[in-house]
Amino acid sequence: MSRPLRLSLGGAIDRKKPVNFQFNGRQLCGYKGDTLASALLANGIHLVSRSFKYHRPRGIFASGTEEPNALVQLEVGPRTLASHQATKIKLYEGLKAFSANCWPSPAFDLLGILGFFHRILPAGFYYKTFMWPRWGWKIYEYLIRHIAGLGYCPRQPDPDRYDHMNAHTDILIIGSGPSGLAAAIEASHSSARIIIVDENSKFGGRLLSDNSKINNKSGPDWAAQQESILASNPNVKMLRNTTAFGYYDHNLIGMIENLTGPITGVKDKKRQRLWKIRAKQVVLAQGAFERPLVFSDNDRPGVMLAGAIRTFLNKYAVIPGRRVALFVNNDDAYRTALDLNAHGVEVVVVIDLRKEATGVLPNRTISEGIEVVEDAAITGVIGKSHVKKIEVMMLSEDGKSVQGEKRFFDCDLIGISGGWNPAVHLHSHTNGKTVWRKDDGVFIPGKTLQNIISIGACSGNFSLQSCLKDGWTAGKKVVKLTGFSSKKTNSPKDTENIPEQPWRNIWIIPSNAPAGQNDKHFVDQQHDVTAADIQLAAREGYQSVEHTKRYTTLGMATDQGKTSNIPGHAILAEILGKEVSAIGTTTFRPPYTPVTIGALAGPYTGLLFAPIRRSPMHYWHESNGAIWEDVGEWKRPWYYPKRNESMRDAVARECLATRNSVGILDASTLGKIDIQGPDSAEFLNRIYTNNWENLEIGCCRYGIMLREDGMVMDDGVTSRLGKNHYLMTTTTGNAASVLAWLEEWSQTEWPTLKVYFTSVTEQYATITLSGPNARLLLEEFTNDIDLGGGAFPAMQYREGTVGGFRARVFRISFTGECAFEINVQASGGANLWANFVNAGEKYGITPYGTETMHVLRAEKGYIIVGQETDGTVTPYDLGMNWIISKNKDFIGRRSLNRPDTARDDRKQLVGLLPNDKTEILPEGGQIVSQLQATYPIPMIGHVTSSYHSPILGRSFALALIKGGKKRLGQTVHVPLVERTITCQVTSHLFYDKEGHRLNG
Amino acid sequence: MKKYSIFSLLRNSINFHQDWQKAWRSPDPKSCYDVIIIGGGGHGLATAYYLAKEHGITNVAVLEKGWLGGGNTGRNTTIIRSNYLWDESAALYEKSLQLFEGLSQDLNYNIMLSQRGVLNLAHNLHDLREINRRVNAIRLNGIDSEFLNVNQIKAFIPIINISRKIRYPILGASLQRRGGVARHDAVAWGFARAGDARGVDIIQNCEVTGIVHEKGRVSGVETTKGFIGAKKLGIVVAGHSTVLAGMAGLRLPIQSYPLQAMVSEPIKPIINCVVMSNAVHCYVSQSDKGELVLGAGIDSYNSYGQRGSLNVIEDQLAALCELFPLFSRLRLIRQWGGIVDTSPDASPIISKTPIDGLYLNCGWGTGGFKATPGSGWVFAHTIATDQPHELNAPFRLERFTSGALIDEHGAAAVAH
Ligand SMILES: Cc1cc2nc3c(=O)[nH]c(=O)nc-3n(C[C@H](O)[C@H](O)[C@H](O)COP(=O)(O)OP(=O)(O)OC[C@H]3O[C@@H](n4cnc5c(N)ncnc54)[C@H](O)[C@@H]3O)c2cc1C
Repeated sequence: MSRPLRLSLGGAIDRKKPVNFQFNGRQLCGYKGDTLASALLANGIHLVSRSFKYHRPRGIFASGTEEPNALVQLEVGPRTLASHQATKIKLYEGLKAFSANCWPSPAFDLLGILGFFHRILPAGFYYKTFMWPRWGWKIYEYLIRHIAGLGYCPRQPDPDRYDHMNAHTDILIIGSGPSGLAAAIEASHSSARIIIVDENSKFGGRLLSDNSKINNKSGPDWAAQQESILASNPNVKMLRNTTAFGYYDHNLIGMIENLTGPITGVKDKKRQRLWKIRAKQVVLAQGAFERPLVFSDNDRPGVMLAGAIRTFLNKYAVIPGRRVALFVNNDDAYRTALDLNAHGVEVVVVIDLRKEATGVLPNRTISEGIEVVEDAAITGVIGKSHVKKIEVMMLSEDGKSVQGEKRFFDCDLIGISGGWNPAVHLHSHTNGKTVWRKDDGVFIPGKTLQNIISIGACSGNFSLQSCLKDGWTAGKKVVKLTGFSSKKTNSPKDTENIPEQPWRNIWIIPSNAPAGQNDKHFVDQQHDVTAADIQLAAREGYQSVEHTKRYTTLGMATDQGKTSNIPGHAILAEILGKEVSAIGTTTFRPPYTPVTIGALAGPYTGLLFAPIRRSPMHYWHESNGAIWEDVGEWKRPWYYPKRNESMRDAVARECLATRNSVGILDASTLGKIDIQGPDSAEFLNRIYTNNWENLEIGCCRYGIMLREDGMVMDDGVTSRLGKNHYLMTTTTGNAASVLAWLEEWSQTEWPTLKVYFTSVTEQYATITLSGPNARLLLEEFTNDIDLGGGAFPAMQYREGTVGGFRARVFRISFTGECAFEINVQASGGANLWANFVNAGEKYGITPYGTETMHVLRAEKGYIIVGQETDGTVTPYDLGMNWIISKNKDFIGRRSLNRPDTARDDRKQLVGLLPNDKTEILPEGGQIVSQLQATYPIPMIGHVTSSYHSPILGRSFALALIKGGKKRLGQTVHVPLVERTITCQVTSHLFYDKEGHRLNG
Repeated sequence: MKKYSIFSLLRNSINFHQDWQKAWRSPDPKSCYDVIIIGGGGHGLATAYYLAKEHGITNVAVLEKGWLGGGNTGRNTTIIRSNYLWDESAALYEKSLQLFEGLSQDLNYNIMLSQRGVLNLAHNLHDLREINRRVNAIRLNGIDSEFLNVNQIKAFIPIINISRKIRYPILGASLQRRGGVARHDAVAWGFARAGDARGVDIIQNCEVTGIVHEKGRVSGVETTKGFIGAKKLGIVVAGHSTVLAGMAGLRLPIQSYPLQAMVSEPIKPIINCVVMSNAVHCYVSQSDKGELVLGAGIDSYNSYGQRGSLNVIEDQLAALCELFPLFSRLRLIRQWGGIVDTSPDASPIISKTPIDGLYLNCGWGTGGFKATPGSGWVFAHTIATDQPHELNAPFRLERFTSGALIDEHGAAAVAH
């Protein structure tokens, strides 16, 4: 039996806790602390999935968020997760994972045949074909769609819950590698509030992967020590398993904290939490991503980043291969050779692109007996579903081609390293510039407007020593910048400083044939973008990096190009003969790593999606069978059907009861705005079209407010309660926007007016009694308000006691009947309502809902804003010339005088009577004056409101019709899909034209 | 221009695709053009193409400050429809949709028009009334449009949540079957390639920094590549319209706001049409690649920043999860913003200006992608003949002073 793939010592796994899991139905075992990737490797599995376009076999390439290849569908059923990286899934008992993008298995995948057609499927092939025949695209598209798509969406609602949290902090440190930890430790010597986050469950970053020493402690031990120092400091908050995904304006960082594993398991435990952290100072210490080399067949399972090999070895105690070849352009990657060798893993060869490898680390490697081939390149990989052998040749003088004898090395793992790329993503979310550092060919963070300090590897300072140094310095600096002072300072700690030789960047590694003509040089492995694709894009003129990206889809996969963007851009620059800095890099956009949609939605779904607003009488309505209408956030009774009663019958009953005796309506939802201040009247004068100067205390007046463009925005009755005190009512739906409108004008345009607004909608319950018996009923409830028609005429208001409650009583009618609106404090509403209903029994008092209210007001020709108006209607159009004052200014006045707004053939409000009295016009029906068989048919207007009127015994409607006032008496038609309704144009006042009932 | 087809693809594969021509040249600017179009977005490129194709004017340059299609053209959610309320809008957007229907063939560039249907949901009685009004108006204008009840909606798109128990249950919807999506970049590139083939100079990385006009007539532009003369000048710069118009001394009734969009990871086909909801504010479709393409409303402050705020996205995704609770576990992989040019009546301005030879095409706000070919077509007519076409005559700049507004806010808080 060969040696197990798991080391017997070391790593951050718990060997006493085996974890069972399934991969493609196979029962396997790993340890607590493993990721799915490390557990698979420990089981000798490299081949994980197939690629997006060509369905090529793919293995584990990296060890963290940068993984492009090893994607799995995790679990089945409602909790299934699409295309998750095996390198980011923490192993848990019973885990079930399935290879992504293949059927029936990653080893044998039917769509693998696409690979054979790769020659006719270069970048952007779909723009050039599928155009014939013209209708054919539907079919092509159907096929393309079914081939595309990596994973599966769950088919049931998400059973998990998510949380949101806001926080403010003085200092936010993102990343807990050596630089982040050093910064945190240093800053924690002050009293500044600090938050430090890391996407992993353990602090330490690269220290956990590398075999390094600080103060004679191993990396992980040193990190653990710092972690516990920080943990004991009450000013420091540590967030683990937390990824900062987006950097927004004013130092707002969005983060996702994973509260459970990918799969919850625990009932009622929230799965993820969105943190929105506003920081005075941000320290970015997110490290760097290792850069792959783009060589022939570099996508074979068994090709892995050299640093990832160290991670698997040191952090997970897994041997990812038994015979390892390394292909590198820098000294750092020799650490992989040394670590492997130290664990007794055979390192077959190190191929170095550089003309000579003479640094300390290469020398150590050579001295350990490992062969190092300088100035050479891998020109081919043998082994389709797993690396078996590599082909190696010497580079030409300029590094652009290969020469000499081919050499072959047997191996089952290729470790590659092209240097490191600073993770400048968050920095660049802020529109921060990046600067190309020519020496080693990396983008480092440049100028930004936010308060950011980038340190360590993410600022391009890769060595451990410089990371620590950066950390200490930044720690001190941010303390100062946030206005604190440090109590004591630490000096940089002791660590081995190994000088390193420069890298050699060759962006496309030459092979026997030009890239793409024999084998493929992959740049973006998930999307199968090759060096040849980038060349093609450039050849065809897609030369801006953004064009190249979009044309080839480079960097647009779920890994967002963490390993592919920079090599891709460098290749493009080389083709164009430009500096990389001259072509620029595409803007990194949030999110840094994919973010769960449900986490961003947070708890604000279901009942919390929009809070339900309930009137004080809500539960009475509910227990009396009200059917609800959603009006904005409010629930309003629509109608109150009796047993087996149809809506039409219920509404007819409610209408007649109100017209003939007394109806009761809950009007609490109407917006109520309390307006006070010596300039209130002047303010109202400017907001409303009519005059408010002369409104007496105790009187009410109807007003219409316009937008600047002269169109009706809202209406309502405002009452004068005192010398400098008014109460404005608004429509239910517009209450909030009207208040905002008033505030905006008062605060930004007329700040000198002394006037103040308070929403009191929810402070009062409003009960409307309406109908000929309303007064009789109300009289039973008050003895300090004289309700007689002479003493209390329409459009006036009184204060007094109603049913034992302090009340404001308004004689305002929206039904055309004698009506009283009674406002009492909200807590009294339900009680008073019930008392009215009981006492009104002798009158047959009938609660009515919004539908009846609408019928009754329409019979009177009263408009509803949003129904008779739609933002294109002026008061003139509504026949309300009387409400427009000629001798003052108000918002919208100037617009009303514009020639087209003042024309007399605009759409105007009229009534409609269908010839067939039983036919109810559909609201929204379009009106034509002449019928014709061909389209388009010229339309002259539309039906705004339409009902059956029980009191008139027929159907009727309101409509807006072009030049409507001149069309009274004409016949018009409303063509519907299956029939046409013919009607007469009439006045929009249908009932009690003289207003006797209202004023009575 | 070498023709694209499956045959040319096969032929070129033999030679490893070494022989493909540039999709467009990148010439240095000439000293003078008959027409200069400022702005290399879809609308600008389409205008140049139709100037050449319909009016034989080929001495045309498109000046783009960055990379072509890099403005809203390359940032939108690609929804295409023509179901607009008012006659004027319906006619314009319908013209555009009809051009879209033959565009791949006309340009010989597959723009991947996917007429998968656009559904607008109603969640309350007010929505229902508005939707009925629209469906009726659009139908009488001879444009396809139909009303679906809840069961028909469920049948059309099985994964939608039609529960009566949710906060704002779905009560009905309008459907335009001919609506759908297209590949935005391809529209820009296709127009660029076809325009270039007819002689249009496409000049990228050339920012216009000044508009030169004397005695009420334009004579050219100052750019980062120097002065370029022009007899006629069309401004088509979306979010930067007020900036450019300002260079000519014009003040426009336009406000620029960030509008965000985002995509999820690619998944196998799950949603077969475009779904939009105004009351539950979000909209979604699925791209050919499998990504869900999501959007919502504008951020409420003015900006040129091409990025937006997080809270807007939270609200929008909460709305998405209300409508489609099964999307909750998918992940967003990209999020971005564009700067939209909103006009007071939510309709565009395609117009002559008080300055001779200066023409304006802007105000498309959140919904101009669908208008790209139509907008270019009428704008080319306007520039070539110095007269608006009857389709864009109502969309003149003076309507804001005359009051003949074409208010498309109506039921659509955001008109995509
Ligand atoms: C997030 C988002 C989603 C959207 N969704 C939809 C949708 O689903 N459906 C729909 O129909 N519409 C949608 N839109 C709107 C649509 O994208 C735009 O209306 C349309 O693309 C505008 O095209 P354009 O060519 O006019 O502008 P742009 O594409 O923005 O082009 C204008 C160009 O002018 C250039 N420019 C600016 N200043 C200068 C200068 N000084 N010199 C030279 N060049 C300059 C810019 O760089 C830019 O390339 C959306 C918009 C956004 C932002």
